[in-house]
Amino acid sequence: MLLRHTTAKEIDRKALTINPAKTCQPVGAMYAALGIHGCLPHSHGSQGCCSYHRSALSRHFREPIMAGTSSFSEGSSVFGGSANLVQAIDTMFTIYKPEVIAVHTTCLSETIGDDLTQIISKANDDGCVPEGKQVIYCNTPSYVGTHVTGYSNQVAAFIKFFSTATPKKRNVINIAAGWMEPSDQREIKRLTQVMEARTILFPDFTDVLDAPLDGHYKMYPTGGTTIADMKLTGDSKFTLGLGQSSTEDACIKLENKCKVKFEVLDIPIGFKATDRFLMSLSRHANLPIPQSLSDERGRLIDLISDSSKYLYGKRVALFGDPDTLIPLTEFLVSMDMKPVYIVTGTPSKYFTERMTEILKDIPEAKFKSGEMADMFQLHQWIKQEGVDLLIGNTYGKYIARDENIPFIRFGFPIADRPGHNYFAKTGYDGGANLVKQIMDGFLDHFDRTCLEEKVEWQL
Amino acid sequence: MGKTLIEELDMSKFTEEVIKAYPSKVAKKRAKSIVVNDPDSIPQIQSNVRTIPGIITQRGCTYAGCKGVVLGPTRDIINITHGPIGCGFYSWLTRRNQTRADKPEMDNFIPYTFSTDMQDSNIVFGGEEKLKVAIREAIELFNPKGIAIFSTCPVGLIGDDVHRVARQMKEEFPGVNIFGFSCEGYRGVSQSAGHHIANNGLYKHLIGNNDNYVRKNKYAVNVLGEYNIGGDAFVIEDLFERIGVDIVATMSGNSTLEQFETAHTADFSLVMCHRSINYVAEMLETSFGIPWAKANFIGAEATAKTLRKVGQYFGDQELIDRIEVVIADEMIAVTAAAEKAKTKTTGKTVMMFVGGSRAHHYQELFSELGMETLVAGYEFGHRDDYEGRRVIPTIKIDADSRNIEEITVYPDATRYNPRKSEEELAQLKEAFDIEFNEYKGMMNDMKKGTLVVDDLSHHEMEKLVEMYKPDVFCAGIKEKYVVQKMGIPMKQLHNYDNGGPYAAFAGAINFYKDIEMIACSTIFKQMKAPWEMEEVLEAEYVFN
Repeated sequence: MLLRHTTAKEIDRKALTINPAKTCQPVGAMYAALGIHGCLPHSHGSQGCCSYHRSALSRHFREPIMAGTSSFSEGSSVFGGSANLVQAIDTMFTIYKPEVIAVHTTCLSETIGDDLTQIISKANDDGCVPEGKQVIYCNTPSYVGTHVTGYSNQVAAFIKFFSTATPKKRNVINIAAGWMEPSDQREIKRLTQVMEARTILFPDFTDVLDAPLDGHYKMYPTGGTTIADMKLTGDSKFTLGLGQSSTEDACIKLENKCKVKFEVLDIPIGFKATDRFLMSLSRHANLPIPQSLSDERGRLIDLISDSSKYLYGKRVALFGDPDTLIPLTEFLVSMDMKPVYIVTGTPSKYFTERMTEILKDIPEAKFKSGEMADMFQLHQWIKQEGVDLLIGNTYGKYIARDENIPFIRFGFPIADRPGHNYFAKTGYDGGANLVKQIMDGFLDHFDRTCLEEKVEWQL
Repeated sequence: MGKTLIEELDMSKFTEEVIKAYPSKVAKKRAKSIVVNDPDSIPQIQSNVRTIPGIITQRGCTYAGCKGVVLGPTRDIINITHGPIGCGFYSWLTRRNQTRADKPEMDNFIPYTFSTDMQDSNIVFGGEEKLKVAIREAIELFNPKGIAIFSTCPVGLIGDDVHRVARQMKEEFPGVNIFGFSCEGYRGVSQSAGHHIANNGLYKHLIGNNDNYVRKNKYAVNVLGEYNIGGDAFVIEDLFERIGVDIVATMSGNSTLEQFETAHTADFSLVMCHRSINYVAEMLETSFGIPWAKANFIGAEATAKTLRKVGQYFGDQELIDRIEVVIADEMIAVTAAAEKAKTKTTGKTVMMFVGGSRAHHYQELFSELGMETLVAGYEFGHRDDYEGRRVIPTIKIDADSRNIEEITVYPDATRYNPRKSEEELAQLKEAFDIEFNEYKGMMNDMKKGTLVVDDLSHHEMEKLVEMYKPDVFCAGIKEKYVVQKMGIPMKQLHNYDNGGPYAAFAGAINFYKDIEMIACSTIFKQMKAPWEMEEVLEAEYVFN
């Protein structure tokens, strides 16, 4: 057994996190910054932070992940990191020539209280920022919130530094993208194109974290929201935030700054969340939902109906981030499955409210967010009463193997399987992709483990 | 005689070319870390100095070196990361240190990560209490033999004293060995500082705690600086089983707390990764009289040489004979595999930037494939890893190195027992050229005209690939996809791209196959669509 020390017996843990269902803020900030075209993320802290975050993102996307570091020494930790950051800004603009540097802090620079406004203004005064280029920043102390908070803070920083309201309003809908894959965004963009809606998606990881192999390395791949578009978000007529914990803050900031009204929706995972997304887009862009999308929806419903016998009543355990767990759990419930255990390390009252609502007809369901809502807890629940399916990031494979349960990879990081940045889980087609994965998971497992006489060749 | 490949490439102009893009101060500093090698007159290379802020570096931090590298691979110690969640999360299973607890009831905490998950209130009011509670909870849940505490950046800054907590908790739980490491990420200039801190901790808290090692064989060694990535230590263990020599402790691949505690009972220490473990090797020598020699199990020839060194050291003819039988037996398959692979790999070129020893060791394996190493460098090496230990007295100790505790070790009052007398060591050196307590460094084994680059930057990597077009590039995950986007196959030498083992004879065969696979992989020829294959594009086909 890989997790041989995990038993069903719980103790009242107050301090020891075991196998977390979260990581720290800066990696989220680094990720979000990659979704701006020509942007170089910069980690203001020790080298290790930057190295760990780049490694985690590289393993997940199997793509180059570039970012700078302030390479703190003991001296800079004592006397402040100002000199390091000013030098880093000079070095990066000279060598790597980004359009913008997006600095995020770390627990180190936050603990010593580095003032980024002051340091960046010093870099400007010292002539380290070339004409037309920009340094933006966000505060991402690792001891507050999680990687989702860091993502949210970085997206909010785009608003703070770029969005500008001019007298000329445009018939454009902003889509603030929560933490999702480039594949998920590509599908969302396709849906908006089918709707013929004019949108600005930010951040945009398509053609950045799914870039083609053509023999040319581009430090700044062709994709990403352009800074010009980012500025124009202030003139759009409405913002749809996809994912409460990763985009609501940005939506609020944009409304305060540029008077752009907003609505926060779930990431469109599953047909219900996709329905709401399309209806909201239709309402705010004042465009009809075409028949072709009704047909896409119908195909997904058809697939679920064909698979219904295998899905009904199946007990599922999930771990991940609130913004994906909420619509995913709803999707499972809408297919008559039973999500019974759900944990996220990201503290969220909204998660609790939504889960209470979504799971109201499944009295046995348990869910938990924040401190100690870790994979050890989830595994203990599974030990107490088993499940038929586990959904979560790569680290779930240990539980899946020990407990011999089918396992669907979903979330961050997925380091042991390719393709999640290619195949969407959003929209109706993404829903179909998920149903297929779940069915394959169940049936492959059944075919391997059932009695010989029970092996069937039809559904 | 025609020019060799290396002479033809003439890489002496690289430095001048690559530093053009740098601000002048950066250019001046980086130039000292890029040298053209001459094994007959080894030039000085700047290393183990701070990375310039803003330079995109391969390096990590002190915590990574201490927890991630040295202590992480031991399966029966609970490693608690004291800090915010990230550090514990990123060092969780990411280094592929395999381990094998033989029985289900034996401890194995490798698949777990433990953290105090410090919140802002802990930063403001201190985290020592939370750490104590976490330790109590770990003991209640798991009842481990040992608990190690690793400090992350904020811990040192807010003044949490992990060593005091460890002492107090040890009093509360006398049966559990509890010890702490001040391995905050900002100490030192790379992972290397963490190795040193870990070595000191091993010595202070574990080594020598248990005299009751029961030998299976007459002779016993330690294998130091071997982390069992991809199962390397497993194949080394298997070899020693077959030649009939005990491995008391492997530090730290596939290891247990007991191995550390009994390491001082061995007769000889074999040092694989010089950078990360040489301090322990020295301390075992000074304290207990165990000589050490540089060993290398990467490469079949290197493995044979290392095994013979063991035979010569013990001077036992039966052992020497057994070793020769094993070598002869293994070399049949090795030779066949090498011959097969060589038809595809001979004459190909490679560059490698990894570790504090790997960039040296893997040159052996590539040369067995008939491949030429053009450029190599370490991520966190010191001058002695490049130029040899002879330069140690001349290395200027800077502020960053001075931060790391230097512990003074004395011969143990009762257990110091020189395994070999000075005369015996001198005879062994004379007869078999075994260098004790010595490492000649990587540059000694690299050809004249090759390039050596310390702490390679992203820009330098791009330039190297662009200018000298290697057939294979070796580094880590952060570099992998950059190089591959340029159309060059990339082999990770930290995690082996989930391959391995690559150590010893069985590992060499795996490596030959994997490199043959890279050499024969055709996908990089498909980077352009047929309609894009215009003659005009030929010139800028692979590199822009």
